[in-house]
Amino acid sequence: MQLEANVPRAEASSSRQIPARRRWTTAALLAPAYGWLTLAVFLPLSAMLFFSFLKAAPFGARPLQLTLDNYLAFIRRPYLVGVAWTSIEIGLWTTGLSALIGLPAAIALARATRGRSQQVLFLLVVLPFWTNGLVRVFSWTMVLREGGVLDYALHLVAPTAPPVSLLYSFPAIVIGLVHAYLPYMILTCYLSAAAIDEAHIEAARSLGARTPVIFAKIVLPLCLPGLISGSILIFVPVIGSFMEPRILGGRVGVTMGTMIEDQFVQAFNWPLGAALAFTMLGVVLVIFAVSSRVLPARVIAQ
Amino acid sequence: MIALGRTYLLAIIAFLYLPIAVMIAMAFNDSALYTLPIQPSLRWFAALASDAPLLSATRNSLLIAAATSAIATPLGAMAALALERKQFRGRSLLRLLLLPPIAIPWLIIGTAMLVFFFWTGIGRGLHALLIGHVALAIPYVVLIVGAGLQTLRADLEEAAMSLGSTPIHAFFSITLPLWLPSVVAAALFAFAVSLDQFVISYFLSTPGVSTLPVEIYASIRKGFTPEINAISTIFLAVSSALILIFAQLSQLGGKRGSR
Repeated sequence: MQLEANVPRAEASSSRQIPARRRWTTAALLAPAYGWLTLAVFLPLSAMLFFSFLKAAPFGARPLQLTLDNYLAFIRRPYLVGVAWTSIEIGLWTTGLSALIGLPAAIALARATRGRSQQVLFLLVVLPFWTNGLVRVFSWTMVLREGGVLDYALHLVAPTAPPVSLLYSFPAIVIGLVHAYLPYMILTCYLSAAAIDEAHIEAARSLGARTPVIFAKIVLPLCLPGLISGSILIFVPVIGSFMEPRILGGRVGVTMGTMIEDQFVQAFNWPLGAALAFTMLGVVLVIFAVSSRVLPARVIAQ
Repeated sequence: MIALGRTYLLAIIAFLYLPIAVMIAMAFNDSALYTLPIQPSLRWFAALASDAPLLSATRNSLLIAAATSAIATPLGAMAALALERKQFRGRSLLRLLLLPPIAIPWLIIGTAMLVFFFWTGIGRGLHALLIGHVALAIPYVVLIVGAGLQTLRADLEEAAMSLGSTPIHAFFSITLPLWLPSVVAAALFAFAVSLDQFVISYFLSTPGVSTLPVEIYASIRKGFTPEINAISTIFLAVSSALILIFAQLSQLGGKRGSR
């Protein structure tokens, strides 16, 4: 009697145990990675959000005082508006030039090359983007400075020309950033351009369309998703960049990025730095939100 | 039209490689002030051997990159396994949480880490650098390994089990060998992410304990030091080799992995 009663109970508990054990397996697989991300990314971001509302960093015995002052800095310190505008200008120039240079390169890569040579050229475009960004920026200082490679090359052609130095100027920052981020634009536009069906172009041509018309009416609209996602991928990190403006811009290169860096490294006004960082993050999130509405789902999936 | 396109493409590639070529050329230039024309010399490579801060920073960089790869790869692979093969609530939220470490500018993540680590007493230094680098590498590992898993058919494993194999045996004899190329690719990627990382290292390093990119940045701000070109040339050779191996491996892992 006792045995009979025990058997079904044991079965029932083991069948309940399997899903429970699976749940534990899943949790055990996920916990280390997400625990690590929580400790190193999510908690720090929360802590910094908290800091941005403080009057002073809570070290020593200083009392916690909540304030919105740090977010009102743009009103209290008018020069910050100018700094923000410099960042946006750098972002717009870099993004615009990358689109202008990168789109034709992507179309050429997708349509004028084939097979093995296409693979090699593709790898050549992507490879520099895996070299250390800092080193590439530093190399530009050797190209752009007076007596540098650009100056030297110019004087080989025109020995009487005055010395040329682009270093520590706005164009120098933009050149360095375009160089750093151009591969993103070529990559996203290439994905769009490679997907264009040859039949559309042949149909247009057989109906008498000239090359500029084909470009404007077929190629450009179909490349638009790539252009937009490339622009986001470039604009977002560029407005947050700080080492390129510092190294290539010198005194000209005061941007939001260098302002934020200063608050943490030199001025030690962490609450202000945190508020500036979150203002920038807000701009980034708005850009992502708007673009996810504008972009068709296919592009995001890419 | 096609010839024009190719010429343009080659011009763009020349632009992309110009500063890299200049850096390599200057590494072999005798002049300390980068004067042209170039006078070939190996003195900057020789000078590296006696530059103690640069050597110790290089050692730190390699150490942290190896440790990052060793920690982030198993953690990320485990998470990818759960995200791809298990059904549970909140899966899409967990996938979404992989994006902030990739999409938020490093400047913001780096300063946030500095604030939090300082506040909680974790502090700065090697351990803080390791915590930060692993966190940055995990999302990439999950994405790369996950893409590798997607190309594997789950029914192979099920077929093995229906023929009498235990789940563990099926995993080790069927899934793991097919999965391995993408895991190795992810490990290399994590190594490269850590080796190239500057922004976060910049905020988490201390004057005595830094990584190579941080040391390079400090030298650049001090002024002319052609040794940077020499060490960067070596650095470049190492990371290019890693990326080429990575490209080769992700092609082995299937077409989807290579995208």
